[in-house]
Amino acid sequence: MKSIKIKADNLNVYYGEKQALFDVSMYMEEKQVTALIGPSGCGKSTFIRCLNRMNDVIDICKVQGKIEIDGNDIYAPDMQVEQLRERVGMVFQKPNPFPKSIFENVAYGPRIHGIAEHKSDLEEIVVTSLKKAALFDEVKDRLYDAGTGLSGGQQQRLCIARAISVNPDIILMDEPCSALDPIATARIEELMGDLKTEYTIIIVTHSMQQAARVSSRTGFFHLGKLVEVDKTETIFSNPSDQRTQDYITGRFG
Amino acid sequence: MTDRIEQRINSLNKRLNSEKRFRIYCIGAMSFALAWVLILFLNIFSSGYSAFYRTVIQVDVPFLNLIEDTTQFSEMSSEDINNLSMYSFSKKAIYGLFPDIEEKKDKKMLIRLFSIEFEQEIREFLKSNKSNINETETIYLTASDDVDQVNKGNYPRDLDEDKRRIKDIQLLFFDDLVDRGLVSYEFNLPFLMRGDSREPELAGVGGSIVGSLFTILVVLILSFPIGIFAAIYLEEFAPKNRITDFIEININNLAAVPSIVFGLLGLGIILNTFGLPRSTPLVGGIVLSLMTLPTIIIATRASLRAVPPSIREGALAVGATKMQAVMHHVVPVAMPGALTGTIIGLAQALGETAPLLLIGMVAFVVDVPQTPLDASASLPVQVYLWSESAERGYVEKTSATIMMLLGFLILMNLAAVLIRRKFETKW
Repeated sequence: MKSIKIKADNLNVYYGEKQALFDVSMYMEEKQVTALIGPSGCGKSTFIRCLNRMNDVIDICKVQGKIEIDGNDIYAPDMQVEQLRERVGMVFQKPNPFPKSIFENVAYGPRIHGIAEHKSDLEEIVVTSLKKAALFDEVKDRLYDAGTGLSGGQQQRLCIARAISVNPDIILMDEPCSALDPIATARIEELMGDLKTEYTIIIVTHSMQQAARVSSRTGFFHLGKLVEVDKTETIFSNPSDQRTQDYITGRFG
Repeated sequence: MTDRIEQRINSLNKRLNSEKRFRIYCIGAMSFALAWVLILFLNIFSSGYSAFYRTVIQVDVPFLNLIEDTTQFSEMSSEDINNLSMYSFSKKAIYGLFPDIEEKKDKKMLIRLFSIEFEQEIREFLKSNKSNINETETIYLTASDDVDQVNKGNYPRDLDEDKRRIKDIQLLFFDDLVDRGLVSYEFNLPFLMRGDSREPELAGVGGSIVGSLFTILVVLILSFPIGIFAAIYLEEFAPKNRITDFIEININNLAAVPSIVFGLLGLGIILNTFGLPRSTPLVGGIVLSLMTLPTIIIATRASLRAVPPSIREGALAVGATKMQAVMHHVVPVAMPGALTGTIIGLAQALGETAPLLLIGMVAFVVDVPQTPLDASASLPVQVYLWSESAERGYVEKTSATIMMLLGFLILMNLAAVLIRRKFETKW
């Protein structure tokens, strides 16, 4: 049993009057990939966005319950959200590189956090991050070209490089492959396999095959409730809940 | 079967025909609008272009009658030359064109062919060429407005003498001068350099151009930062509640307030309560800023809203503060749009007349303003002032001023387009 990195306790999330998550309790293991699956609108994205408090941006969103990372409550009043996000990186559904150069995209995070003291340090961070994101070889000759000029898969890997540039513990991935073709998807999945040696990864995905391929534990969400969470093999071969069974066999969703 | 195919073809033909008709209506509407623009431009251009050149009459000035040794001028200071009594000397130089006339009345008529500042013009010539004055110098003196208009063919010569300002004897003089080749045109530089004047041939738009530029500068300095910051706050930081809704509605209302109301506000508060100097570009700029602000805020907000939210999320997700996300990523992308809005707002302000009338920028100002605190006119107000004047010379000058104003507006809109093209973020 690996040590527990993230623990959610009785999490309830409301968008105004509407409740989006009901009493979600689960834990995620360190340096493992945890997949969250479920039909559209089931709350899995809402849940993942609670983990780095991206939901704070939405005025009407209200979070109740507790999320602990390494035993610290991230919704505690003294928690600095910027600091939290430095430790919990995020990759979004649609690749969203800044309309700046490839170098600037990766250098931005370290620069605002004052991680790199000298220009050479910054360059090193950029190169390392791009290498970790398996993008460096493709872009090393055009680091100062626009990041938005890359292909979709490359853009997404650039976003991964951007996320790891500030050296987080955890990377959240919100359907990172939904806008990509199968080849680009395969590359990202391969990359996740490499990254999990260093980072705890939480991935939201619509593809059950993807969840089966990359994750060690899988949670199934339905209508805002966490129906079941278990080892990935167990979820896909012998789920204990009928709804999970129906979903993975394609009877709904 | 064939019936059905025929039916389909018929209905398709109908649809295609109605599309053709629709296109014709659209092209018609566009041509109609374009025709009016063309008529406007032609009308203004045809009556205004002649203001850009002026009639001058060549006069031989015998400076040796003023001083025996003309090299002595080089030792005089400008003040010495100002103190020289030159009026009768200048008049005599003009009489020299027609040495035969004896009668005082005819001499007076001859003098009136020239602008009243002929003495001043000779003095200026002397000042700027003092080191190099020959015994007799040929100077081009400004013709009076009446002569200028006759020369340009804008004045009907076949009216009865008592119905026109230029008299028969003056026409005789003029025709004789034309025959002797002494009447010519030159580019009307004074029109671009000088301030207003009661004499049409001496009036210029220089003062109102500078006044307008100062006004626009004040508008830019005030409304650009205020507008941008207000827009950023409202779009990025303000909570969405009743108060911000109320503010938003009022900004939109402000954009629709008749401009003269802003003039009343300027008169009541800026001039009377705060006591700022009236008729100045400073006050004009403040009043026009109030008018321009909503335009800038609305344009900036629209371009901020057009920035994809994913960019904000991307920045926040690496731990940027909200301000960093906005200033580093959102504002740079929105800037071209904001600048375009600002320039369009400024162009609006440049063409605005009504509020300036109320704060006294309609005054008759002869001097070209040196600072935004000097009384001055502005281009649109100058158009208004001259369009009311009776002298024929002001007609062409009114149109010429409109040409200048349109020129500035076209330049500004062009700048807006170029800025947008050049700095637009390419995704």
